[in-house]
Amino acid sequence: MNIHEFQARELFAEFGVATQPGSVAHTAEEAKNVAAGLGGKLVIKAQIHAGGRGKGTFKSGFKGGVHLCDTPAEAKELASRMIGEVLVTHQTGPEGKEVGKIFVGEAVDIARELYFAILIDRATSSPVVIASTEGGMDIETVAEKSPEKILRLIVNPFLGLMPYQTRLIAASLGLTGPLMTQASKLFTNLYRLFIERDCSMVEINPLVVTPDGKLLALDAKFNFDDNSLYRQPSIIAMRDITEEDPREVEASKFGLNYIGLDGNIACLVNGAGLAMATMDIIQHAGGMPANFLDVGGGATREQVTAAFRIILADKSVKGIFVNIFGGIMDCNIIATGIVEAAKETGLSIPLVVRLEGNNVEAGKKTLAESGLKLESGENILDAAHKIVAAVKAAA
Amino acid sequence: MSILVTPDTKVLIQGITGSFGARHAKLSLEYGTKVVAGVTPGKGGQLFEGKVPIFDTVEQAVRETGATVSAIFVPPPFAADAIVEGVDAGLDLVVAITEGIPVIDMMKVKLSMKGSKTRLIGPNCPGLVTPGIGKDSHGGCRIGIAPGYIHKKGNIGVVSRSGTLTYEAVWQLTTRGYGQSTCVGIGGDPINGTSHTDILKMFNEDPETEAIIMIGEIGGTGEEEAASWAAANCKKPIAAFIAGATAPEGRRMGHAGAIVSGGQGTAAGKIAALRAAGIAVAETPTDMADTLIERIKNG
Repeated sequence: MNIHEFQARELFAEFGVATQPGSVAHTAEEAKNVAAGLGGKLVIKAQIHAGGRGKGTFKSGFKGGVHLCDTPAEAKELASRMIGEVLVTHQTGPEGKEVGKIFVGEAVDIARELYFAILIDRATSSPVVIASTEGGMDIETVAEKSPEKILRLIVNPFLGLMPYQTRLIAASLGLTGPLMTQASKLFTNLYRLFIERDCSMVEINPLVVTPDGKLLALDAKFNFDDNSLYRQPSIIAMRDITEEDPREVEASKFGLNYIGLDGNIACLVNGAGLAMATMDIIQHAGGMPANFLDVGGGATREQVTAAFRIILADKSVKGIFVNIFGGIMDCNIIATGIVEAAKETGLSIPLVVRLEGNNVEAGKKTLAESGLKLESGENILDAAHKIVAAVKAAA
Repeated sequence: MSILVTPDTKVLIQGITGSFGARHAKLSLEYGTKVVAGVTPGKGGQLFEGKVPIFDTVEQAVRETGATVSAIFVPPPFAADAIVEGVDAGLDLVVAITEGIPVIDMMKVKLSMKGSKTRLIGPNCPGLVTPGIGKDSHGGCRIGIAPGYIHKKGNIGVVSRSGTLTYEAVWQLTTRGYGQSTCVGIGGDPINGTSHTDILKMFNEDPETEAIIMIGEIGGTGEEEAASWAAANCKKPIAAFIAGATAPEGRRMGHAGAIVSGGQGTAAGKIAALRAAGIAVAETPTDMADTLIERIKNG
């Protein structure tokens, strides 16, 4: 689960992580009022779940999702050009994201830009701190070009991030004296936030040193462990459904795991590994997968129908490939569900079904006698070839 | 001989009275697995299916029945506790089927287990099966949720992060007359108890296992590490399949551990590492068994 920058700031405030003064605004008028309560130069930032806002462009033609200004009146004007408009960045895809809120804050003079992140390291089963003097840029580029400028420090989850470790990190970043003290406090509090809110990632980029010697977390990206949301009510409350793919939101209501992709051949599969393999084989056969969709171990008629509806709501889908291995699940029950779902949704695009496993012969018979225009696949590769061919023929 | 479990292994099931645990406890019993105990706190003294005694604690169950392996079907908020309870009771093996355990919980569980004699498999895994010699491999040991009938007793070891994708491979082997020694699902979570390499090592030492199928997916470095170990140490033919070549960067593809992060953990990277280690890699899920059979025949 992702959150907005302004929500990250709420977490910072809760855990005592120093950041720049400012607030979120939902309207241009509100932006003016927030600005009036701040001092000095101001920064206005569009709030979307994507990076690259500064270099992005609004569909209206207005350039940049991050702007500096001097007065509340200017803040209001900039806000009016952002709120309700669609911002396209290199991370949003060409469709962009509509800006519902903006952040109005005190612009901070920057003497140094650093990088600080906490992740889970799979190899050591521990939290790991990644710190670098090369803030304000893409950390993956730094890792590629100057890996020696990145410090990786494993944290013992039973001890937590120890004070001496925070000083080690500060020293590696060239933070001494009062800056080291601020750094220790910031790193300790951020680690506490990471653990207490069940994060899978926290990234501060840039972590800024101001000319007057203040250490501030200027921009943060958070990711939360989906498995832990049941015990994080305050994080669930931060969920912004408008930032999520509506098909994915709809799918999760039916216990379906759905991820939209760019292609035109949809798939419906039981099991995440098999679903990934199905996407792959569509490409292998010369097609382009439109989605990942795992119906899980149940695959009731209701779920299959919901899955068909979600798939068909995507107008770019030109064919559907259903791939089911019925281990304990009965293939005939699935086949019946598929037939009913196809009839209920008025399916008119090519459908190829590949069933294998428990009671498969009865399932194949149900499909063959359904009166529906569908093909059966002998195996997964055969089925993939058939759906790719059918979609090409119908084009 | 197989690895980890044999048809005689005594199994207890934690969460046996929940609907998920009950369903699969019943299927395992029908398969011929020696399910000797169940554990559901508060239901101690009851009988499951009129024959399996239920206990309040794993410690009691072990003491009364001599069970050495546990299958955990406990819901996510309580599953980490169930795992550590099993470890603490001195079990040889704990198989955590549960999907959805918080990562930070698993981090602590895994580190706390260091030095203990207990092996953890999973979580978020389908479990393991050592097939029996009866009809449809009846009489074997089935721990978890895999369909028993697709298996056949034989000499191919199977290790995988997946559920249904594994069953595809197993069924391909069985229908081609190649049975399995043991099939192990290590699960789809980013932090888990047992890796591909751990299982390859066991298959390498097992006199009954003659060849191995290894199934992986995007995320982490488990497959690359296994490839590296196998190149240096494994005497037996291996075939592999990696799912997720078309997965977009940064998304979790169903499994919590199936994610390409910052360009790391891609299918292409894993396939390259496997091939560099001399492991045959199937192009599609349709030819997993055939790829291994060809490798066995061609040496």
